[in-house]
Amino acid sequence: MTTVFPPVARATRRMTLFLAALALLGLVSLARPAHADLTLDITRGNPQPIPIAIPSFQGDNPADGQLGADIAGVVSNDLERSGLFRPIDPAAFIQDPAALRPIPRFADWKLINAQALVVGNVSARPDGQTHVEFRLWDTTAGKMLTGVAYNSPAVNWRRFGHKIADQIYQRITGEGGYFDTRIVYISESGPNLRRIKRLAIMDQDGANNHLLTNGHSLVLTPRFSPTRQEITYLSYAQGTPRVFLFDILTGQNESLGDFPGMTFAPRFAPDGAGVIFSLSNGGGSEIFTMDLSTHHVNQITQTGAIDTSPCYSPDGKYITFNSDRGGTQQLYRMNADGSNIQRISFGTGRYATPVWSPRGDLIAFTKFVGGNFSIGVMAPDGSGERILTNGYLVEGPTWAPNGRVLMFFRQTTDDNGGRGGSTRLYSIDLTGANEREVITRQDASDPAWSPLLQ
Amino acid sequence: MRLRLLGLVATMTVLAGCHTAPSASTDNGGNSTGGAPSASLTPQQELTQQVGDRVFFGFDKSDISSDAQAILGRQADFTKKYASLTFTIEGHADERGTREYNLALGERRATAAKNALVALGVDAGRLKTISYGKERPAVDGHNEAAWAQNRRAVTVIN
Repeated sequence: MTTVFPPVARATRRMTLFLAALALLGLVSLARPAHADLTLDITRGNPQPIPIAIPSFQGDNPADGQLGADIAGVVSNDLERSGLFRPIDPAAFIQDPAALRPIPRFADWKLINAQALVVGNVSARPDGQTHVEFRLWDTTAGKMLTGVAYNSPAVNWRRFGHKIADQIYQRITGEGGYFDTRIVYISESGPNLRRIKRLAIMDQDGANNHLLTNGHSLVLTPRFSPTRQEITYLSYAQGTPRVFLFDILTGQNESLGDFPGMTFAPRFAPDGAGVIFSLSNGGGSEIFTMDLSTHHVNQITQTGAIDTSPCYSPDGKYITFNSDRGGTQQLYRMNADGSNIQRISFGTGRYATPVWSPRGDLIAFTKFVGGNFSIGVMAPDGSGERILTNGYLVEGPTWAPNGRVLMFFRQTTDDNGGRGGSTRLYSIDLTGANEREVITRQDASDPAWSPLLQ
Repeated sequence: MRLRLLGLVATMTVLAGCHTAPSASTDNGGNSTGGAPSASLTPQQELTQQVGDRVFFGFDKSDISSDAQAILGRQADFTKKYASLTFTIEGHADERGTREYNLALGERRATAAKNALVALGVDAGRLKTISYGKERPAVDGHNEAAWAQNRRAVTVIN
């Protein structure tokens, strides 16, 4: 396998909380009357996006100034795409961004309806690293809401932006951020009858796209390890379809091992120490687990039916999967040892690809009924089914690490002459709002969201 | 050339009667003598063009229809004629299913075809199965006619 992926810059970043020092600055403005924090309740449907001003981060020299403008652009783009923030056009700014420290002139920002203001600074450190710090201000209360500083090589400038966007998102919505993450997916090209598929990885916003395989072998369904820079996926490289493990940092790529049948539908256990997958056997497909350190294999289901797309609950106590044991494809839940199997989907149609939310409160799925596919969520006991989106083909939901946003792929049909059709990635809010295409150079499918990067 | 093709199709109708799959009959040339293959055909060509290399399935189904059983009968005869060859049966699904389930469904179809051949006396050791799920359609298109062609198990010579 050809790898063209540079290792992630090692964890030289040292996050320093400047909160204590910066809070002192914030106190200056606390002479005002007590005022509720600027927050956004996103547990209700369709909240109004918060107007936020994100001036270019300032630097002491042109290079740092450019870096500051680029980082502010990443922050702005992340927050805008969440659908929960409305970055204000910098052309409307009144106060010169160079004059924002130590305390902004809040009246100038309230005048343009900016409820929140992000002030950032970029400087070079003697050790060659770049230092980026920011403060988030509530312009109405004249109060600092949070402030964090990061050190890292300048080459990580996009990650500075993502980490800062995560802090802002978390402070204002009360939910964990999800911007400093990556997506592993299948990059597709070529005609429908001879599709070329490659393993690919990119940042959550589509930047830093890299192809990890050369397209000589069919590859499908990559999934991130919850604990390591590692991917499990399906490859036809050895002829027989096999589950593989791919180490992103070293490029090491190996099969889980030889089995009597096809191994497929892999996912990591929540502790990253094992993989759960399907093994075909005599026409049926059963669910197995493998401990990655001992290579011990455990059979979980045994019915002769098609049992596949297994996924653990985040606490590792349960497994959800789809099976046609009852006649058609439906969702089931069982204990991690295979006991106490219960069907949880009872609506009309076929249900597939159950994926447990990282928060544990929901299971996302693909549904096929009446000639259309949809993506939905339900509680782990099957109650409260809600459809988020549908189309000719939508499939394969994956959760952002905060359990708030999902990604999936959508195929639109061509004109039967191969023109006009596409397969693309989309993100969508848990409420079904804010569906956005995730821009990829080529067609894309089978997205899998990484955990928050370290 | 066109005349010869027409002749072959006519002959085939007599030999095979009505028990060919909907599309296989258009692909197959038929064998005018019913005996030795034409000198110009490789075994793979004979399998594809005369015997019928594929059987078709209903939506989300893997049972062998009577049409499919007839084709598999000819395939069993073919494997006996070429006793040194081994085969892979490729199972496929249409695009109207999820990826992982369709991999399992393709494998189940390939296994159903393999089991039918074994029941007809073919040594199981000569038959491998592989599933391509919905990844390798035979026909481009987003309608029932195309999907019916893509729900298939195809026997190929290794």
